[in-house]
Amino acid sequence: MEETAGEKSNLAGVRHILLVLSGKGGVGKSTISTELALALRHAGKKVGILDVDLCGPSIPRMLKVQDKDVHQCDSGWVPVFVDQDKSISLMSIGFLLEKPDDAVVWRGPKKNALIKQFISDVAWGGLDFLIVDTPPGTSDEHISTVESLRPYQPLGAVLVTTPQAVSVGDVRRELTFCKKTGLRVIGIIENMSGFVCPHCSECTNIFSKGGGEELAKHAGVPFLGCVPLDPQLTQSLEEGRDFIQEFPKSSAFPALANIAQQILDGTSPQSS
Amino acid sequence: MAVTRAGLRALRPRVFLGGGPGWCPRPASSNTSDEFLKEKRAQIMSRGLPKQKPIEGVKQVLVLASGKGGVGKSTTAVNIALALAANDSGVEQRGGRWCGETKSVGLLDADVYGPSIPRMMNLKGNPELTSQNLMRPLKNYGIECMSMGFLVEETAPVVWRGLMVMSAIEKLLRQVEWGQLDYLVIDMPPGTGDVQLSVSQNIPIAGAVIVSTPQDIALLDARKGAEMFRKVHVPVLGLVQNMSVFQCPKCKHETHIFGTDGVRDLAKTLGLDVLGDIPLDVNIRKTCDTGQPIVVSQPQSDMAKAYLQIAMEIIRRLPTPPG
Repeated sequence: MEETAGEKSNLAGVRHILLVLSGKGGVGKSTISTELALALRHAGKKVGILDVDLCGPSIPRMLKVQDKDVHQCDSGWVPVFVDQDKSISLMSIGFLLEKPDDAVVWRGPKKNALIKQFISDVAWGGLDFLIVDTPPGTSDEHISTVESLRPYQPLGAVLVTTPQAVSVGDVRRELTFCKKTGLRVIGIIENMSGFVCPHCSECTNIFSKGGGEELAKHAGVPFLGCVPLDPQLTQSLEEGRDFIQEFPKSSAFPALANIAQQILDGTSPQSS
Repeated sequence: MAVTRAGLRALRPRVFLGGGPGWCPRPASSNTSDEFLKEKRAQIMSRGLPKQKPIEGVKQVLVLASGKGGVGKSTTAVNIALALAANDSGVEQRGGRWCGETKSVGLLDADVYGPSIPRMMNLKGNPELTSQNLMRPLKNYGIECMSMGFLVEETAPVVWRGLMVMSAIEKLLRQVEWGQLDYLVIDMPPGTGDVQLSVSQNIPIAGAVIVSTPQDIALLDARKGAEMFRKVHVPVLGLVQNMSVFQCPKCKHETHIFGTDGVRDLAKTLGLDVLGDIPLDVNIRKTCDTGQPIVVSQPQSDMAKAYLQIAMEIIRRLPTPPG
């Protein structure tokens, strides 16, 4: 216990740790992690985001903090605060790169070492939730993250999928991964579920529909909800508008607020 | 006069470190000793790395990568492989049908963690072993395919660290009876890690095609993908802009869901060509999900033609194949 005292202090102030997994790439893990963090903040919680995707760190760019630097303090790295009232903090390899275009072409052992550092050497302070955004797959990053977080008893994992069959197939594997590693599955989110044409309001299921819900039923895990494709949100991001301001106005917000509420409900009997 | 031992020694050619036998003594200048050290260091460092050796019978290897996940690498790889098989650089459309010499194409699914190719090519089952203990690729629509998906159960995750992935990739490259192929298309997983390094260190790659959506976030990673190929000396043939625009089937209104022309701008910045533009179409997704890629199931559609066009652009940019 003595050796881990130093480590324990950095995550000791974090009440709940949530992993966002998928298995399939490009389903919106980073987007959902960020949106979930914003939805939880909207509900008055203090949230931290740990971006463990070393090859493709997207979150700094989404929250427009990619130019910020990481500072050192006595207990380690200080995470970057995304907003004025310091209710969302973020740590990502994106802050440690010299140029944003630098490619991180590393093999497993180097990635594992950095992930361990991210988990033990970031001074998060007091947080209600720490959301860990992972890369696609079930590889070094995932194994290291789950192993390193195990002593802190994470709340569980939220699995993101798009409705189409190829995504659902990969997420099914991720479910097995969670079972094998003893990680509790909080539920499945079906992202990019339907697109409503802004012109005529016709809903087209570009990536199909219902795949995530069926998978949840089949696997016996809770289904947290469907999040629609919102082009206005993407467009506003491209135009450089503030995600934090734009998000509550988007059509994805009600779905995310609902999911955040389900997660909060799930934590209330556990909170001391 | 008898030849003494000393005399014999004087006549023997002198061997110098780093070179073969020769008459010229190495000059003791600092430049040459620096170069010599550099060479020696490179030799020692490369001892741990796999030797780059071409796969027997495969003329050219084409790699489809992106850096970002979910941009449509597998979908594009499958349709491009089929387009390459049906296409030839000198081919023309005659009476609505593509005519020309067909090429033999192989498709390797290097996405060990999330193999999508079996579903997209409608293939299932374990590969047979030949008498030389090589795996026989599964074939559909005329394409020889190999994937991790054939070796593990559909629901079983591959929870492996990098080292095991390296050896799995080597097996998928070398212990498969590919036969004589004009092109081997390799569908890479997302990211810039073990798999990408292993593939580029193991075999010579004729060219890489980077797929991306126009979205800012995807382009960030596509850029890293291009940078990675530069680091490992693989020529990037160009970019493919996928999911560029969505046309509402009811009112035909076009929405750029993932942004507009981001890939074209990136291509300009990196000095690369855009090989083609694929719109976001429900049919592409439907046909892939059911294992009937659009190039074979709807060859007259605009989407199929877009893939065929991209295949032609790729062939145009590939170096002349050996032999």
